[in-house]
This record gives sequence, structure tokens and C-alpha cells, in this order.
Amino acid sequence: MQISISCGAVGVELELCREGVSAWEEQTGNRVEIVSTPNSSTERLALYQQMLAAGADDIDVFQIDIVWPGILGGYFIDLAPYSDGAEKAHFPNLIENDTVDGKLVALPWWTDAGVLFYRRDLLEKHDFAPPETWAELTAIAGTVQQAEREAGNGDLWGYVWQGRAYEGLTCNGLEWIDSFGGGTIVADDGTITVNNSRAAAALDLAASWVGSISPRGVLNYDEEAARGVFQSGRAVFMRNWPYAWSLAQGQDSPVRGKVGVVALPAGSPDGQRSACLGGWHLAVSRFSEHPAEAADLVLFLTSAERQKVRAVRGSYNPTRPALYEDQEVLGVSPFFDTLYETFETANPRPARATGTRYNRVSFAFSRAIHEILSKGIEPAPRLAELERDLLRLSRGGQW
Amino acid sequence: MTRLLKGAGFWLLVAAILFYLLFPFYYAVLTSLKSGSAVFQVSYWPTELDFSNYVRVFTEQPFARNILNSLLVSFAVVALSLSLGLGAAFALGRVRFRGRSTLLLTILGVSMFPQVAVLSGMFELVRGLGLYNNLLSLVLSYLIFTLPFTVWVLTTFMRNLPGEIEEAAILEGATPFVLVTRIFLPLLWPAMVTTGLLAFIVAWNEFLFALTFTLTNTQRTVPVAIALITGGSEHELPWGNIMAASVTVTVPLILLVLVFQRRLVAGLTAGAVKG
Amino acid sequence: MTSDLTRARIRSAWLFLAPMLLVLALVAAWPLARTFYFSLTDAELSRFGDYGFIGLENFLAESRGVTYGILADPLWWVAVKNTLLFALVSVFFETVFGVIIALVLNASFPGRALMRAAVLIPWAIPTVVSAKMWAWMLHDQFGIVNDALLRLGLISAPVAWLASSDLALWSVVAVDVWKTTPFVALMVLAALQMLPRDCYEAARVDGIHPVRVFFHVTLPLIKPALIVAVIFRLLDAMRVFDIVYIMTGNAEATMTMSVYARQQFVDFQDVGFGSAASTLLFAAIALLTVIYLMATRADLGGRAR
Repeated sequence: MQISISCGAVGVELELCREGVSAWEEQTGNRVEIVSTPNSSTERLALYQQMLAAGADDIDVFQIDIVWPGILGGYFIDLAPYSDGAEKAHFPNLIENDTVDGKLVALPWWTDAGVLFYRRDLLEKHDFAPPETWAELTAIAGTVQQAEREAGNGDLWGYVWQGRAYEGLTCNGLEWIDSFGGGTIVADDGTITVNNSRAAAALDLAASWVGSISPRGVLNYDEEAARGVFQSGRAVFMRNWPYAWSLAQGQDSPVRGKVGVVALPAGSPDGQRSACLGGWHLAVSRFSEHPAEAADLVLFLTSAERQKVRAVRGSYNPTRPALYEDQEVLGVSPFFDTLYETFETANPRPARATGTRYNRVSFAFSRAIHEILSKGIEPAPRLAELERDLLRLSRGGQW
Repeated sequence: MTRLLKGAGFWLLVAAILFYLLFPFYYAVLTSLKSGSAVFQVSYWPTELDFSNYVRVFTEQPFARNILNSLLVSFAVVALSLSLGLGAAFALGRVRFRGRSTLLLTILGVSMFPQVAVLSGMFELVRGLGLYNNLLSLVLSYLIFTLPFTVWVLTTFMRNLPGEIEEAAILEGATPFVLVTRIFLPLLWPAMVTTGLLAFIVAWNEFLFALTFTLTNTQRTVPVAIALITGGSEHELPWGNIMAASVTVTVPLILLVLVFQRRLVAGLTAGAVKG
Repeated sequence: MTSDLTRARIRSAWLFLAPMLLVLALVAAWPLARTFYFSLTDAELSRFGDYGFIGLENFLAESRGVTYGILADPLWWVAVKNTLLFALVSVFFETVFGVIIALVLNASFPGRALMRAAVLIPWAIPTVVSAKMWAWMLHDQFGIVNDALLRLGLISAPVAWLASSDLALWSVVAVDVWKTTPFVALMVLAALQMLPRDCYEAARVDGIHPVRVFFHVTLPLIKPALIVAVIFRLLDAMRVFDIVYIMTGNAEATMTMSVYARQQFVDFQDVGFGSAASTLLFAAIALLTVIYLMATRADLGGRAR
């Protein structure tokens, strides 16, 4: 019996996927082929869409982004008949996310939230605590960058993040705006909320980073590009997903032992913090010739035991609350404990409200942000224009 | 003195042109031979000869398979284009009939198609034929580019062949089929090699259809494979790998082009320069 | 030859044409017709095969005071502008550089054969590879271009060539120029080599300055070939996809019509909308082609020489 699974293309992700799959192969005697897919989630979604639209059965088990159930849900089988209640042990908001029209179309594999990485050694050296607000981050990054450059570290930048016009920038932008109290682009009832003064203020601040504490090139960075800069010791702060933790702590990492992780800053001293909810789930294609085996593989990979292995080996966040109390897991990623709340309450992108149009909303949003950041235009009029674009997309807010 | 200056200026120009044309590839080779983190140190001269990138390209993904896919697709496209094109070129180049030039223009028009214009129709066709994620879908879709110019170039060559041989053969009662296979084919070999090479290069380099109609890594062709190479677990973007893969697929192509350069130039200009 | 024989020949000519025409009809005409048809429907990738006819709504429509459709999408016009800029600027530079290189290759000097071979190299390199190579050279942190410019003191800080909205399009143009200048150079060279030598001799004897000779003698003579090369390149540049997509993805600063159409079709699953964009691009290119063919039609009826 041979089935195939698509899982990440990045080194550790692929390794862990291979390992989990091998364990299942040993247990069941079935064969699994791993199909590697592109690293960029935009590209991956495009490939999935073409493939599922063509009714191809080359992949049985899909690794899908948290925002895709609404877009692809129709192509996946209902896992409930196979799950034997396993979904009850996961974070409820994730299961809710994976339930489309009453069908359980996917199971969470790992959860993700945007967090702030910082260079503990540099902050200690210059006598700073990790920033509580974005304004503080701006100030600290600027000061440390200047001092270090004067001391001969000419390559150092204050803050790197994901500024390329793609899904990653949607997440970054959402975190800034939401932490300033500017909402999440589209409210749960479908109302378009993005055009407000708080959102404009957040974007004003972010635009001031480009070229000062962030290299201009950040406008073409994705996760890996930002990590490349941070991990080679060229940045004080980095916004990224938790996966970067174990890589930054790797044997050959120049910043090993010098990295700390905290929740992303708030908009104002008494304001809220916001983290974009990410993470990947597993779904079974309805074109699969072996749905039962495929569902079994999904249940195996999302089990507590496998999630623990991934958490310990690759700092991938479990989707089961129980594992956040596991000493072994916490020993490897101590911030799981301190940031538990961040992971539990991270902000979903407006994927549910916008359904199959989410992709276009995200693109219009990241495009607008990219323009504001790269062209130095005023945020307010551009947000008004974005609102008009979204009205047009949603056919007047009906989605 | 002015002569000397002129001479020096000319050689400077030659040097500048050569540098401009060749430096990017030189730099790709240089990068591909660096190890791990040395990739991120800019250097202008070779500092080390490290083949680990090449090893990784072939071990981390089915790159050998991708090369094989590209070869299979390209050869199939060349064979189909030439066999279909030869007969058509005979008809268009040696026989006068009404509507001939209109037909020729239409065929030329097809080669101007933007690929994107047939993307959705082609997707439907591929889906309908059940060829999705199958190399045959690429063979089929690449004919859009290769067939028109094969016909066009072969027709140009066909026209320039002397008429006497043909007349003699016809007087002896040769059928058109015999005419094409026995008389013209031997005469057209050089042109066939030329157009075949051009078709091969076009098929080898095509990206958009390959990106849209293949999905799994074992079905990908080289350009898509290179475009989708992603990072390993080291703290680096796999530029070394990308450059190694690039050099691997480019060197044979460059050798091919250099060996056949005269023919290629003749073929490239045959379609465009009206003599 | 009797007319009977001629008729038989024409019959067999069509027989020889048939397979090729059938294949072209299958892979080109049919998909193109389907794309045109899809552009008038609301087809979506997620429910492929289940679509309705909506007329011209994908192109332009209005409802409740909001206009939508491609022609109302500012991004489409950005893509149109980018495409035209890309095509005109890159073809301009390709022509200028191509003529210069061709003139050099037309002179006789030791090592000419070697240089002619070198000219072919950028043309032979796969587009995807060229794009990746240049993306690496232009990398803002580790790229050699920034490194060289910094060393030469021409810039004070690394430039983000592919990330900044004002430079990204020109970076892509630079790559295209590098890649296709050889093609133009070879076309021009072929034309140069067909020129009669005698008028050059005369010009040389009269002591006319070479630059004047070029503009008054050479250029008018190679003009037809040059125009053909330029038209070919323009039509080709109008549909550019791979260089742009690999270097900058779907970024707005470099979005061309092809990239826009693919994004609508694949990323947004909107087959109808994407097909409408493709149709517009096709129409633009077809218009240019027809104008060009009308202008040169006379030469193509071609007597067998």
C-alpha cells in the first residue's frame, strides 16, 4: 500500500516529516512517498489548487496552512468518522478553524504565532530589557544598531521581519495594526474595518523602520531571508515563527545561546499585544484512493507522541494544551511556558469571514502595506483606497 | 598615435563586452564551488574548490530525475516538431496554392502567442485528457512554441533548395512522399539539426507551463526544480545549491551551442532576415 | 507540367500539411478559443467545469455604485504600464547594445571567433537560471553588485535592487537586456555581412568619418533587418513572465500582464478573470502583429527562389 504526503521543504521540517512518516511505515507496513512542495505558502497554495482542481490523486495527505480550510475545504474528506474523538485534545479554536460546513476537514499538526526574537547578549551589553511596545523596540534597535556600528560591527541592523508582498507581510501588518487597536482588516461579520486612524498610526511607525533600523532589502524578505540575517548575527531583533528557535540554537549557529524570545510588543504601554495565528494542519484529499490509510497517517502524525518529538527536536508548537506542561518540551523551548497565552489566543487572520476570497484580500492588503512601506506614501489615503478595493472584492461587503 | 589610441579603445570595448557577457556565469560557477557559509563572503576570484553543493543538489532532491524529465520532454518535442514540420515545410515551400501566404502568416502568428493566453484553455485540455502532472502535458503544450518556428525555418530552407533535382525526380514519377523522404530530407539535414537544436533549447528552458502542469518533484523539469529549490536546515539560503544546479544544467547547453554555433546562427537569422 | 499534375501536387501538399495543422488546432487554436470563452464566464478553479455565462462582466461591470472588472482594477493598469515600460526600455537597450556588439563582431580582429562564441552564451543559458544568477548578484546583503559598487565608492550603503519599488523593474530590465542582446546582435550581424563592400571602400577613400558612414550608409542598409529584430523582441517582451516571476514574484512594482493573468488564474482561482486578462494581452499582441504583418506582407508571398 503506497500513499503520498506533501510536507514542508525547509530542512528540519522535511526531516521531521520524514521521521514521523517512517515511524508510521514501520508500524503499519505501508509505504509513504514524500512530495516536497515549494517553501512559499503562496506558491504552495497555487500548486494545491491547480492539482485539486485537476482532480489529480498524486497526493493523499496535504499539509495545509491554517487559512486554507475555507478555500480548499471542499476537496477534503471528513475526518470525524476516523478520528475517534482525537480532535477533543487539541486547542478548540484550531478545531473550530478546521470545521467547514460541519465537516472536520483537517487536524492541526502544529500551531504557530508570530514572536519576537532578540539578541540577549546585545541587549544585556547595552543594558536594555526586551521591549514592551513598538516604540520601545524602535528606540532600542536604533540605539544598539548605532552603538555596535560605531564599534565596528558595520553589518548590524536593528530589526528584520517579513516585508515581501506576500502572506508573511499580511501577518506582520496584522500584528502591527491589531496591537495598535486597529482591528483585523475584516471583522468576523464581514465588515471591512481596515480604514482607521489607529491602523494608519501603526503603519506610520513601521514605515519609519525601513532604511533606518531595517535594511531596505527587508521589503523583499520572507521568513528564511530574515532568519539568514538574524542567525548570521546581523540583526538585534527579528519577527519570526517559533521554528527559528531551534535553528538559532543549532550546533553551527553563530548566535547559539545568545537568543531570547518574547511576545511581540504592544501598540501602547497599556495596549494589547497581537500575534498572527499560523500553523499547519493535515487534510486528506477526496481523490485519494486509500482514504482510510491516509486518515490513519494524519491521526498518527498529529498524535501527542509525534507532536512531542517535533516540539523537542524542532521547537514546533504542539496543538495540544497537555504538551505545554511537558517538562521535556519546556526544557527545549522554555518560552512555550511564558508564551502559552500568546499561542492559545493568537489572532486568526480574517480567513473565515472572507471564505474563498481570503487570498485576494490578503494580497490586496499586503500590496497596500508594501506600497506604504516602499514608496513612503501616507498610510491614511492608501488605507481608504484599500477599503474601496475590498468593497469591490466583496461585492459590497457580502463576500 | 591616434591609430594606437583607436586600437586601444577598440580592445577596451571588446574587453568590456566580454566581461559583461561572461561575468554572471563566471560568478555562478564561482559561487557553486564554495562551501557552506563561504557563499556569503563576496569574492572575485576562486578561493576553493568545494563540490559539496553539487553533491547536495543531487542528494537533497531528485535532480537527476528532473534532468531526465527535461531531456525526455525536449527530445519528444524535437522529434514531433521536426516530423510534423518537415511535411508542412515541403507543402509550404515547394508547392504554390491559394492561401499559402495567409497560412504561413497564421502559423507565424501562433509563435507570437503569449503563453498565458492559452493557459486556462490548456489547463482544461490537460485536465480533460487526464495528463495533469504528466510529462506528456508538457510535450503537448510546448508544441505551441516549437512547431510554428520549425515550420517557418524549414520552409525558408526548403525554398532555397534548387528546383532541378525535384523536377528530375517528378519526371521519373516519384510520389511526393518519396520526394520528401528521399530527395529533400538528405538535403535538409543541416536545417533539421539547426531547427531541432532551437526547439530543444526552447523546450529545455520553458517555465510557465511546467510550473502549472506538473506538481510533484519527480515530474518536474529542470527550470521549475531550480526555481523551487528551498533552504536546508543550515542558516543559509541555498544559493550554493541553486548555483550548482544552474551550472549543472547550463554547461551542457553552452557546449552544445558552441559546437553548433554556426548552424544556430543560421537558423536564428533564417526566420527573420529576409534575403 | 500539366494542370492535372499541379492539382495532384496541391492535393498532396494539403495531405502533408494536415497533421501539423491538426496538432496546431489541438494545442493552440482550441485552448485559445476556450480561453476567450472562459473570459466571458464566472469559471473558478475550485469548481472547475461548473460555470455560467456572464458576458463582459469580467472586463467591466457596475453594481451598487461600485465598478469592478479588469478595466476598473488599478493593478491591471499598473501591470499594463510596467509591461510597456519593460518592453520599450529593454528593447531599446538591447538594440543599442546589439548594434554595437554586431559592429565589433563585424570587424576583423584576432580572436573574433572566440568572441562570437561568447556572445551566444547568455542566449543559451536558461531564463530561469539567468534570473536566479542575477537575483544572487543583486542580493542586497550578499550580492557582488553592491559589494563592487561599495568598493568603488559609487554607493555608500547597500542598495536593495529587487526590493525597492523604483529599482526592481529596472533590475529585471537589466537581466532581460543581458539575456537577449546577443539575439539582436546576431540578427544585426547577419545583415551586416550581407552588405556590399564597395560603398565602404568609396567612403574610406573619401575619408569620411566612420561614425558618419555608420549613420548614413550602414544604418539605412540594415534598417529592415533591425526593424524585424526589434518587432520580434517587442512582441516577446510584451509577454514576459519567467524573469519577473522568479526575481520578484507577484510584487506590484514589477507586475507584468502575464504575471497578473497567471495570478488571477492560479493564486486567486478566478479562471474567468484570469482568462479575461489573458485575452486582453493576446489582443494587444495580436494587434501589433497584424499591423506589422500588414506592413510587410508583400514580401512573404515569397516566390521559390
